[in-house]
Amino acid sequence: MINLELVFPEIFLALSIMFLLILGVFKKNSSKLVINISLIFLLITTILTFNEISNLKKTTLFNGSIIIDYFSLLMKIVTLLASFFVLVISSSYLKTFKISKIEYPILILSSVLGMMIMISSNDLIVFYMGLELQSLALYVLATFNRDQLKSSEAGLKYFVLSALSSGLLLYGCSLIYGFTGTTNFNLIANQLDTSQYGLTFGIVFILVGLAFKISAVPFHMWAPDVYEGSPTSVTLFFTMVPKVAALTVFIRFLYVPFLNLIDQWQMILIFLSIASMLFGAIAAIGQTNLKRLIAYSSIGHVGYALAGVATGSNDGIQSSIIYIIIYILMNLGLFSCLLMMKRNNEYYEDIIDLSGISKNHPLMSLSLLVILFSLAGIPPLAGFFAKFYIFKSVLEQSMYFLAIVGLLSTVIAAFYYLRLIKIIYFDKEKEKFDTDHSLWLKFSLTTSTLLILIYFIFPSQLIEIISKITII
Amino acid sequence: MNFPILSSLILLPSIGALFLFFTKSKKENNSTIKYVALFTSLVNFFLSIYLWILFDETTSSFQFVEDRIWIEGLINYKIGVDGISILFILLATFITPLCIISINNSIKNRLAEFLIAVLIMESFMIGVFCSLDLLVFYLFFEAGLIPMFLIIGIWGGERRVYSAFKFFLYTLLGSVLMLIAIISIYWITGTTDITSLYELRIDSKYQNLLWLAFFSSFAVKTPMWPVHTWLPDAHVEAPTAGSVLLAAILLKMAGYGFIRFSLGLFPVASEIFTPLVYTLSVIAIIFTSLIALMQEDMKKLIAYSSVAHMGFVTLGIFTIQQQGLEGSIIQMISHGLVSAALFLSVGVVYDRMHSRLINTYGGIVSIVPKYSVLLMIFVLASLGLPGTSGFVGEFLILMGAFKDNFLIAVIASVGVILGAAYILWLYKRVVFGKLINSDLKEMTDLNKSELFILSCLAIPILFFGFYPDPLINTIEVSISDLIKMYNINLIKN
Repeated sequence: MINLELVFPEIFLALSIMFLLILGVFKKNSSKLVINISLIFLLITTILTFNEISNLKKTTLFNGSIIIDYFSLLMKIVTLLASFFVLVISSSYLKTFKISKIEYPILILSSVLGMMIMISSNDLIVFYMGLELQSLALYVLATFNRDQLKSSEAGLKYFVLSALSSGLLLYGCSLIYGFTGTTNFNLIANQLDTSQYGLTFGIVFILVGLAFKISAVPFHMWAPDVYEGSPTSVTLFFTMVPKVAALTVFIRFLYVPFLNLIDQWQMILIFLSIASMLFGAIAAIGQTNLKRLIAYSSIGHVGYALAGVATGSNDGIQSSIIYIIIYILMNLGLFSCLLMMKRNNEYYEDIIDLSGISKNHPLMSLSLLVILFSLAGIPPLAGFFAKFYIFKSVLEQSMYFLAIVGLLSTVIAAFYYLRLIKIIYFDKEKEKFDTDHSLWLKFSLTTSTLLILIYFIFPSQLIEIISKITII
Repeated sequence: MNFPILSSLILLPSIGALFLFFTKSKKENNSTIKYVALFTSLVNFFLSIYLWILFDETTSSFQFVEDRIWIEGLINYKIGVDGISILFILLATFITPLCIISINNSIKNRLAEFLIAVLIMESFMIGVFCSLDLLVFYLFFEAGLIPMFLIIGIWGGERRVYSAFKFFLYTLLGSVLMLIAIISIYWITGTTDITSLYELRIDSKYQNLLWLAFFSSFAVKTPMWPVHTWLPDAHVEAPTAGSVLLAAILLKMAGYGFIRFSLGLFPVASEIFTPLVYTLSVIAIIFTSLIALMQEDMKKLIAYSSVAHMGFVTLGIFTIQQQGLEGSIIQMISHGLVSAALFLSVGVVYDRMHSRLINTYGGIVSIVPKYSVLLMIFVLASLGLPGTSGFVGEFLILMGAFKDNFLIAVIASVGVILGAAYILWLYKRVVFGKLINSDLKEMTDLNKSELFILSCLAIPILFFGFYPDPLINTIEVSISDLIKMYNINLIKN
């Protein structure tokens, strides 16, 4: 008898998506209702997932193709909460652009469902299924503002490149299946014959696909264009949520079946990490559009998270997860500010538009100051601790080169964060932005700022939660 | 002794800053805001005096130690003071209220924010000097960049953006290598607690690289030649109060770091790299003194003189002699007072004439007699005239240096002459000579608060010049034990 209770959150989410779809079709002008209901459903799913954590044993379902353990549940909760915040702070943005349609929350929910499946996957086919579900929803979301040329372009670009990477990924899966005779992660680990080079090719192809999804250099080309073209609320989703799922799969895929091949993939990961950190830092310097800048900065941050994965130790994995969680928090704050840059029903997203806002919006610029210094990794803010854990685990494995390059690129990256602070604080002020923001927007900005600011007082709590994750 | 006096010292300014954060920043509120900040910093000053009274001078072990778990199994929040660090804490708490008083009209907009930055800066500076854990030290050391960056960038002069960026990126680049070294120490020894590291002794095969990593951070912060170029820029562009904080306290973090970490943790490497430090120090002393001779801008001249004085400090530290080390610490304290006084003096004339160029002035002695007298004291202290605190430090450093390396000491002594040359020439050109610029006749002499601030600085300068015993007694035991430990560790490794 299969224990279906464990996948109840996923089933619930799938059913609610169908329900919302029907509701949206039959009831006219129901976009607001659908958003609200989908928020409630997201919360219920979170609670259901949270419930499972309390009495949990590591279980696999459906012939071992789905795994429910502490790691997957935790990452699901992070995904769900992040998507909740994305939905909740984007409503006024959608209204301004008149794209507040019922499809928006539904697509986000289906993407979240895909990610939950990805996070729980213990089998190449299930993993691919989840990946495609989330990607398909994301293609549509990227083009959601379809009257705008840039948005359509972003969606198309994302679709073509993503399809290519999915193809590579599938090819990798087939190679691995061919050399081991199974698609299940645990069985692959048992069947592993380290002398077969075909397997290495398979791993490389899958890594390419995953690196594309997480936008690591050199598979990052889509990110700046898509981030810039998509509606801001979708960009917010892009920068946060799919990265959690992709990182989880990254970790699970490398550490469960292929831990014994660590010599083969470690160098690749180190390369991905170094390239992303350096490129993200250098390329962001010349940007003038905030969303593009965030795209490059997110490439850089992914590099740090991958540095933790590259260590091949439990400590490294934990530090990556801490990193991505703190990164999400900082990004949430940053995008809340971006969504507040509104004047007369028009959103501004150029760096110049921030000029001198500290005069007219002291609190918002103070939050930005905290968030930006935290992104730059200056103590005592949360971003410093995130980097600190990464480098601690990297140095534990005596990977000095990675650590030195990583820290030097934080100095380069500090330059463009400082440039933003300079524009906010040192430059001449412009016209005021609107101040009638929704309560949720203010709430998410204050909470994220405060959490970043006071993280140093309670650093142990997060570690305690994360330290229960053991993969190896 | 359960009252956490050191934590209170660290936290109090931040709490004051929090108060300021919640007051409305209006023009009418400005004096209230200033009084709140002043009150906070004065309470902190008296608290630190109380700390000095309670301080036991006969032992070199750390006192007022607080040890709390911060990150389970990783970092302990451990703070304490010994004879070396307590004087720096006093310096920080003494200079900050003077800085706050000195802001009369120079900061016109965003006064509350400025004072918040100054107070938070004070918190971090005190934190640096009392942390007994490498990571806690690093945290405070780096965190200080944020308020200083804002002070230079928001309230600075014309080229403030360039200077603020240069300051931030230079120091950050130096410090990240130190972070790698700290984490490496953690993995080598399993702890970042300084007191246990003193006993554990780091294996000599790691010491050289670790020493260099720490050196890269401290050399930038000190600043030593050739990475000193951020300092003149930062000083010139920063507002007066910012320059004072920078010169008086921030630069001392590195000197303190050299004594506490480079000597304490890596004796073998320190022995190997002493010639390097000597060379760089002597170059700094001679080279920057010559540069200072050529300066047209008063603030820049004082900035270069800071580099030269810090050259004496690093020279004294690495003599690893009782006199040399004591001299370095007294030189740092004295330089803290003197450079603060000089920057404030420049601020005084700048507020009136809006020019820092030397050739704007000349012959002001009859117009502003009080100012000229006080400036005379500071100038003489800066060149190290007997009877001022500058003399005690330089004399002890040179004494230590003569014991250790004759040649270096001779060259450094030449630097003393150069130091006298540029600063006296500055004084001559500003105060004496013919009154050519007729605008100067409008200048008013020191007002009450300026007179108060400058006298507050002149008194300890003269007092410790004639009677340096209180300072020497405080540091003596700690220094001699540090040297003993250094020599023991050197032999054992």
